[in-house]
Amino acid sequence: MTTDNRPLSPHLQVYRFEWTMAYSIVHRITGVGLAVGTIFMAYWLLALAGGADSFATAQDLAGSIIGRLLLLGWTWALFYHLANGIRHLFWDAGKGLDLGTAAKSGHFMVASSVVLTGLAWIAGYSMMM
Amino acid sequence: MSLKTQLAVVRGLGSAKNGTHHWWGQRVTAVALVPLTLWFVYSVIMLTGAGYAEVAGWLASPLNTVLMLLLIAATFHHVQLGLQVVIEDYIHTEITKLTTLLFVKFASVALAVASAYAVLKIALGA
Repeated sequence: MTTDNRPLSPHLQVYRFEWTMAYSIVHRITGVGLAVGTIFMAYWLLALAGGADSFATAQDLAGSIIGRLLLLGWTWALFYHLANGIRHLFWDAGKGLDLGTAAKSGHFMVASSVVLTGLAWIAGYSMMM
Repeated sequence: MSLKTQLAVVRGLGSAKNGTHHWWGQRVTAVALVPLTLWFVYSVIMLTGAGYAEVAGWLASPLNTVLMLLLIAATFHHVQLGLQVVIEDYIHTEITKLTTLLFVKFASVALAVASAYAVLKIALGA
């Protein structure tokens, strides 16, 4: 195979850091993380379809410390990917592409994802009170 | 050495007439997933701490069944389109790339069908 020896274009280390590049790679990372999360969603639905016993097992798993940490991560990843996805849709419409606006919308997007994650978990815990 | 003209050699190797198909599919599912994921997050919050009967009853209501099936379809289509791009960007050995792509495509469909089966089983009370 000759494919292993092909020249590569300049990579990350030659570019000056920009927040927009960090937001971009995190979009991809959260996307992959959420794809992994769909396995848990499928398991949760199948456990529900399996009856009360299997659902109780799934709920115990979700409610464990590791389960809660994973769910917290997936909640943030979901809000990040959602907010940044909407940012992408604006770009697709040709809006907000200049450097200043792209950086600002990125900062706003990250802040929104953190705030929404906090609100969602506060709302979730308040349901258990 | 081929006796074909240069044009004949390249004809058919260019646009497959679906250049924007992948891009468009990812946007359509993205737009659909905006309201669907917000609904899903809201529902999960409302169901926090709920038991089996309550969750099953929630999913069995017609609106929730249909929205959940739509969420499953849009999610797994979006997932396999997105992971395809990631794989194509980082895996350059042809056989590994092909194997990984097939695994992701098959796994996405399998998870989608399994999820939809679970929803329908609850909804139809089978």
